[in-house]
Amino acid sequence: MVLLTGCKKSETAANAPATEIVVGEYGSLTGSEATFGQSTHNGLKMAVDAINAQGGIKGKKVRLVNYDDQGKTSEVGTAVTRLITSDHVIAVIGEVASSLSIAGGQIAQQNGVPMISPSSTNPKVTETGDYIFRVCFVDPFQGLVMARFATDPKNKGGLGLKKVAILIDQRQAYAQGLAKYFEDSLTKIGGQVIDKESYQGGDQDFSAQLQKLKQAQPEAIFIPGYYTDIANIAKQARAIGITAPLLGGDGWESVQDQGGDAIQGAYYSNHYSVDEKRPEVVNFVSKYEQMTGKKPDSMAALAHDAMMLLKDAIERASTGAEANGIPSHKAVRDALAQTKDFQGITGKITMDEHRDAKKPAFVLKIEGKTSPIAYTLAP
Amino acid sequence: MSSFLQFLFKGISVGSLYALIALGYTMVYGILQFINFAHSDVFMLGAFFSYRLAVKLDWLTPSPIQATALLLMAMAMCAITGFLIERLAYRPLRHAPRLNVLITAIGVSLFIENTGQLIFGKNVIGVRSLPQLPEHVFHIAGIPVRAVEVIAVVTAVALMIGLQALVFGTKIGRGMRAVAIDHNIAGLMGIPVDRIISFTFIIGSALAAAAGLLVALTYGQIKQPADASWVLYGLKAFVAAVIGGIGNLPGAMLGGLLLGLSEQFVAGYLSTTFRDAIAFGLLILILLVRPSGLLGKRVVEKV
Repeated sequence: MVLLTGCKKSETAANAPATEIVVGEYGSLTGSEATFGQSTHNGLKMAVDAINAQGGIKGKKVRLVNYDDQGKTSEVGTAVTRLITSDHVIAVIGEVASSLSIAGGQIAQQNGVPMISPSSTNPKVTETGDYIFRVCFVDPFQGLVMARFATDPKNKGGLGLKKVAILIDQRQAYAQGLAKYFEDSLTKIGGQVIDKESYQGGDQDFSAQLQKLKQAQPEAIFIPGYYTDIANIAKQARAIGITAPLLGGDGWESVQDQGGDAIQGAYYSNHYSVDEKRPEVVNFVSKYEQMTGKKPDSMAALAHDAMMLLKDAIERASTGAEANGIPSHKAVRDALAQTKDFQGITGKITMDEHRDAKKPAFVLKIEGKTSPIAYTLAP
Repeated sequence: MSSFLQFLFKGISVGSLYALIALGYTMVYGILQFINFAHSDVFMLGAFFSYRLAVKLDWLTPSPIQATALLLMAMAMCAITGFLIERLAYRPLRHAPRLNVLITAIGVSLFIENTGQLIFGKNVIGVRSLPQLPEHVFHIAGIPVRAVEVIAVVTAVALMIGLQALVFGTKIGRGMRAVAIDHNIAGLMGIPVDRIISFTFIIGSALAAAAGLLVALTYGQIKQPADASWVLYGLKAFVAAVIGGIGNLPGAMLGGLLLGLSEQFVAGYLSTTFRDAIAFGLLILILLVRPSGLLGKRVVEKV
């Protein structure tokens, strides 16, 4: 008898009411972007635990299955295919780096499984197809925010500048894209990019680039790179006597821990601030600290939002004719696309027609170990 | 003029670090004719060992004596690592085809990177938790020069002079040169070939460890063990060794310096976007004119 039920298990799972809902996650838990994957995973895990503590979704427990893609495009394919074909996930949540989200998105789209990227900001990610969503803003908006912040007069909270130089990490599509959007917005609203230099992510020495930037005498320098390089750049910029404020994008997150004194007074755009006083944020930060002993970065907050949004969509989706009591992929997709004013930790999320989240962006100022909000732009 | 001097000094500063690492590649190649891909990982370990030691001993702002002790301890630890790598991974393959050793080296490299991640974590170690020398900036001929970079250059040069003295002035150095020329005959002459090879790995790894500590001190940051920047450093050092003439010690130093300078001047005067392309293009030109590197011997392969 026991054997018999054992054999029939896979068959019954499809017909009888399922006891659990499986959500897939792919992320870089090892490799050079491991911190991103780790934060994302923590945020997701926290959301899943909270959902299960409150009785799950539609009375079913949520189970999170995750595979490590090591930050490599080649591994993403295996991970996402496995989630879809052997774990039969209801939806896939993944990646931070846009190039990896694009790779995973193609597979999710082909299989008609909804995918939510928590924190990939490159516009191409959701252009992959109508099953691909994201809960963060896109780079064109982020570029606009920083351009507006740089040029807006001081009484409107901006810096009141005109002449900006850009330093680009040419190994990262993210940095090149953001630099372009920033430049487009800046020139459109009357600012001017007076010099552009580039570096290779992973370089340790930036003196030649900085020397050239210094000679151009910009009023501010926009550096849309990743935080690991920014700390070094800031330090070397200050050492050769550059005093112009440094500006950056969401790749700067956690630069405070790296930069020391040189990074003080710099500004970067981000999805939320850990120092915000909104009750959702305060609550999230304290719970996350309890669980991991660390402050949550925006990757964690966005991952949490992605999971909570998915829960919300599954609840809104009609179960239809599905015998197992779980809505179909198509129904979940449709519910996700109709998301309106969903209250997440990173703000109110509404899906636009490109399946990108429409939500405000914040400019944070680095002050000691904190980063208060200096400027906000609503979509 | 002031930016010319700035680029010149930076080129020397970066180049001397490339040279220190390049020496390890070139020595191993000189003796075993194979490229030790795990060398950049030993360099990485040098940075992490010194960081962990400094934290353990509470030497985050080391005095000159403590800094020297830190350097020597990190060098000793990497020397042991280098010895173990050779003894456990490469020596059993001494008579196997060279390709097998090469692939083993890649395996060792991956092994160290991933074990390193387990032990040292996946986060960048920032300036606040690293050992740091006091930050002095003084001006020479109008250009700002950081004291720590001068110290790094002086240390690198001192180590290279020490290596020259070792290889050309001692008995074991003579043994190394003999094994490099022909290890079969050297063995017949009564030179303990295995011991000489171990010693070569020990020295090369110690130099890489020194480079690791100097990088950590200069830039105030070490990236996580599997970060691509370690491999990039190693790759550039390897290119420096090839430019100088692989197997040739002064060649490695010259190559390192040349690569550092060309990077700085290309970025400074031509283009930061095409820095590596132009810098490496120049180096290819050198190799076209002198295929065995600047100081390498022209070897006619017997057919």
